[in-house]
Amino acid sequence: MSGHNESILREPLITGDNITYAKITDDILGPVENKPNKAWWIGFIVSALGALLWVVAVSYTFWNGIGAWGLNKTVGWAWDITGFVWWVGIGHAGTLISAVLLLFRQNWRNSINRSAEAMTIFAVICAATYVVSHMGRPWLAYWVLPLPNQFGSLWVNFNSPLVWDMFAISTYFSVSLLFWYTGLLPDIATIRDRAVGTRRKIYSIFSFGWSGSVKTWQRFEAVSLILAGISTPLVLSVHTIVSMDFATSVIPGWHTTIFPPYFVAGAIFSGFAMVLTLLLVARKVLGLENYITMFHIESMNKIIILTGSIVGVAYLTEFFIAWYSGSEYEQYAFINRSTGPYWWSYWMMMTCNVISPQLLWFKKIRLSIKATWILSIVVNVGMWFERFVIIVTSLHRDYIPSSWAMFYPTWVDVSVFVGSIGLFFTLFLLFLRVLPSIAIAEVKLLLKSASEQAKMKQIKDGHENKEYVAEYVESLQKFDSVKQEDYAKI
Amino acid sequence: MSDIKYILGSFGDPDEMMHGIEKLQENGVSIYDVYTPMPIHGIEAKLGIKRSRIDIAAFCFGITGTCAAFALIYFCAVIDWKVNIGGKPSFALPDFIPIMFELTVLFCAFGMVLTYYASTHLFPGRAPRVMDLRATDDRFVIAVDAKDNAAHTVIDGLLKDAGALEVKYNERKYISYE
Repeated sequence: MSGHNESILREPLITGDNITYAKITDDILGPVENKPNKAWWIGFIVSALGALLWVVAVSYTFWNGIGAWGLNKTVGWAWDITGFVWWVGIGHAGTLISAVLLLFRQNWRNSINRSAEAMTIFAVICAATYVVSHMGRPWLAYWVLPLPNQFGSLWVNFNSPLVWDMFAISTYFSVSLLFWYTGLLPDIATIRDRAVGTRRKIYSIFSFGWSGSVKTWQRFEAVSLILAGISTPLVLSVHTIVSMDFATSVIPGWHTTIFPPYFVAGAIFSGFAMVLTLLLVARKVLGLENYITMFHIESMNKIIILTGSIVGVAYLTEFFIAWYSGSEYEQYAFINRSTGPYWWSYWMMMTCNVISPQLLWFKKIRLSIKATWILSIVVNVGMWFERFVIIVTSLHRDYIPSSWAMFYPTWVDVSVFVGSIGLFFTLFLLFLRVLPSIAIAEVKLLLKSASEQAKMKQIKDGHENKEYVAEYVESLQKFDSVKQEDYAKI
Repeated sequence: MSDIKYILGSFGDPDEMMHGIEKLQENGVSIYDVYTPMPIHGIEAKLGIKRSRIDIAAFCFGITGTCAAFALIYFCAVIDWKVNIGGKPSFALPDFIPIMFELTVLFCAFGMVLTYYASTHLFPGRAPRVMDLRATDDRFVIAVDAKDNAAHTVIDGLLKDAGALEVKYNERKYISYE
């Protein structure tokens, strides 16, 4: 906090001059307190149409059963589970940013955690809808719960990863929601105290009567830290258990112990890509360049290189182990993946996930907003294909060659998937309108220590090492929100 | 006796506010509470507020979740209805661990947050108890109980010396009440 200066060697987390506490509130609440602009409306209408398509496709599935999808007796699990794993994976970045980076005291998380957590919640909602709609009889969805026998079933099988998954996903969703909402309380109170009339009444209900007294804040910080502590293993456990849905089976290509770490790395990889896809646009449209700076973008790109490389190593290890195991079925599964009828999806995955993120080693690409945005989408295309490859290519050639088959999606498969993206963006755009997209209170914490103006003052005081100052000024060159001429005379 | 209930020192800077707290305390003025738009580290020590014990509650809820999950699975899979899966033992502890872990986290998170809401009196629809509407925006507000501390002009002077941008005299405790 205040009282001591941060090292000049660290890049600023808030840029711009004349930033005050009041300006932070005004800047962040701009989109919430004003009428939406044209860009928002266009985005919202397109997304809402997508969400409508989702409603149609899911209703069609409920009415007709999952025969409406392109499944057959060999490939009994395809786009539904691909979509599910894809969405759950995307959700991982939010919790990672809010929990893991909090434990590591990475202050740059403060300005991206709120929207990343919102993204987590919406992604898990999309994932959960796949779980329900792929059940075939969704009105019996409560059968996954451990309910007594008179409901017509035995107890659920507690040895099954699918049951573990039910517990994992529901815990993950509800704990993420709790973490997100508790963090939102002080910011909702900020909106409340600035609003008038009905608007004030509504935000007053949702602010839970937040006052900002000393004890409230003290407990708030303790609660946030403990929630971060328990969410960190939680986020790792969720995708571990998702991977066990596959890894505990005896299907060649699935039955591997590398799955849990490989899935978790992949999840973080795709999650950060989605955060970038959303925030690069939000930062521009909402004018938040001073809070989500090039430093944030570069940091996220670095995490993408790391996790993308882990995923790449995992792909190669899988291939090596398939050969090294000496199991001909395992070997065939992998040869079939890369050269069989679905070779294009395998190479799509390899290109998008292993090769393209390596471009981020180049500083120029890492610091280019356009390149980063395109790569973030490429990564998520690749991650979708990864799940498709794992699922469909392992299944489509099973034990008897006479039952080998291909999977072709129907319009319902495609519509459920495209529609879920629409649903996700609809929820995200509504979030931007009604709640602050950046954690106001947490960003205010950075103003006196980690902002550009605080560091400028440090330099002007003249107690800093000249070399350090030169290095700091050099590091500012990457910022698009810093006025370089301010530093020319120093 | 005037109708003034609370004297509020409204600061624009957290360090100045901390200085204000020191000044008031040096002069024997008791502070009712402090309202800030963000957490201020080190303020608890100054005001003599005890460490939050919410971590103890969190641990208790967490361990309850672990036990509840174990009890549920043990009852269902070992006592009530054993399922013969390839002759394997029904008491398969490693298979219990994922759900035991998830329920530990679930109970801990919900138990702790609900304890927090209850102890801090936060719930949907609660009338906000706000003394200064800018305390959630850009002001750091020290509230002094006017009835307990008689010398109003002295307090006023101390707050202004410390850098208060504004000193308010509230005749009602919470201005947010209609």
